[in-house]
Amino acid sequence: MPKPGSRRSRMMFSVDRPALALASLLLSAGCAFAEDPARYVIENGAIASPLTGQPGDPARGRKIVAERQKGLCLLCHQGPFPEERFQGDLAPTLAGAGSRLSEGELRLRLVDGTKVNPETIMPSYYRTDHLQRVPPAFAGRTLLTAAEIEDVVAFLSTLRDEAKAGNPSKEAK
Amino acid sequence: MGGRASAFLLVGFAALGLGLASLSAQTADAPPSDRKSGFDYMGPDSQAMQKDDLSNPGMLGVLDGEAMWNAPAGTTQKSCAACHGDARESMKGVAAKYPLLDEATKTPIDLVGRIDQCRVDRQQAAALPREGRESLALTAFVGLQSRGMPLAPPDDARLTPFRKAGEALYTRRMGQLNFSCAQCHDDNAGGHLGSAPIPQAHPTGYPIYRLEWQSLGSLQRRLRNCMVGTRAEPFAYGSPEFINLELYLNWRARGMEVETPGVRP
Ligand code: HEC
Ligand code: HEC
Repeated sequence: MPKPGSRRSRMMFSVDRPALALASLLLSAGCAFAEDPARYVIENGAIASPLTGQPGDPARGRKIVAERQKGLCLLCHQGPFPEERFQGDLAPTLAGAGSRLSEGELRLRLVDGTKVNPETIMPSYYRTDHLQRVPPAFAGRTLLTAAEIEDVVAFLSTLRDEAKAGNPSKEAK
Repeated sequence: MGGRASAFLLVGFAALGLGLASLSAQTADAPPSDRKSGFDYMGPDSQAMQKDDLSNPGMLGVLDGEAMWNAPAGTTQKSCAACHGDARESMKGVAAKYPLLDEATKTPIDLVGRIDQCRVDRQQAAALPREGRESLALTAFVGLQSRGMPLAPPDDARLTPFRKAGEALYTRRMGQLNFSCAQCHDDNAGGHLGSAPIPQAHPTGYPIYRLEWQSLGSLQRRLRNCMVGTRAEPFAYGSPEFINLELYLNWRARGMEVETPGVRP
């Protein structure tokens, strides 16, 4: 017989029962994010102004991006996170994102990437409409709060030098 | 489980021969060589575990299922074998066809549903709860009788609307993360979600022994995992939605080899 106990649990796909998923999500999302989404203006492929009216904190942003349950970013992206194992390869690397995109462009991609690419698999982190079969516990809630979006934008803006990232990037599709 | 298991092994090999012969006669959208089973994405250890009946943990469920097959049950005190005889003959290739159209209700029925019909109507025994140990054991035992044979969903026009409904579900975005099945399993198959390789979602091994579950589980349990992963409200076990999805997945995988009981990470 094998040693079945030897498997690591696997992020979002390890969760078998909805109740568990809920528990882990609610824990990780300790803050109140049932706020009404802030209004924003999309102009020239960007959201120029911070959703909160003030700049975010890059250190907090880095944490959100690296945390599996919170940002989920590394399920798809790689980036300059040498301490994080198991980064996905479904998306362009985050290394150098701050050189390729302006703050406003980054913000739009996080808030609602479908405005840039309607077919994108990247979840819209600040959108609650046009979703189907969202369980009641998540309904009306954005994946990140406005303040968290700003933290992540602030962090991504610091990712300027792709060459130093040491991560092979996958071509953007 | 030595002697028993090697008997299974022999039957398995015999079936494999048959399966390969009929596989070449089968045509499907994508050439079978472009289609990969979840098995192909696994490491050599898990592959070896599946292939060797002595180490495949799913075979324990199969043995339980065989015992149930032969045990009298219900007020009729008839066993499955009393009506169907030797499963190695009567159940050969049966699981490979499900879901199919239930002539009585004119709606599709999956293998679990059919077994339950026999339990309740013909044996007059208590229904077996879906995803319970007994239901999984019986489906694994019946499933094994198709191992090595090509998945053969019936080409029945009456099933078409249901299969189409399943395809619509497969391509519809769902949940707070807003993914469709197709976005992962068609567009990104072969990629990695974190560390997990994304398979093509061919239902070739069910019920599977999943190492993460440490038990047998059905295709619908697997689909619920995927839905919960996208933070969508999963469909209920046995719901028409799941049976339609199953119809579509089987059609998409037609001609591929049945592996039951599969091992998956
Ligand atoms: C399920 C997959 C997935 C997740 C999760 C995800 N992304 Fe993305 N992301 C993509 C894909 C794919 C693209 C490529 C463009 C597209 O498809 O729209 C992309 C594009 C981007 C871009 C633009 C990159 C460039 O150079 O053009 C940034 C920046 C980005 N994502 C940041 C993030 C951050 C930060 C998170 C987490 C808070 C995140 N993504 C979560 C899939 C994902
Ligand atoms: C965001 C990605 C994603 C989405 C969306 C998704 N899946 Fe999956 N699916 C996976 C991954 C990853 C696995 C591999 C299991 C693992 O190792 O965690 C998997 C496994 C499967 C399997 C098992 C294949 C095997 O070899 O046994 C099937 C079948 C399947 N998915 C069907 C579906 C269906 C149907 C849907 C929509 C209802 C769906 N998936 C949605 C990522 C996804």
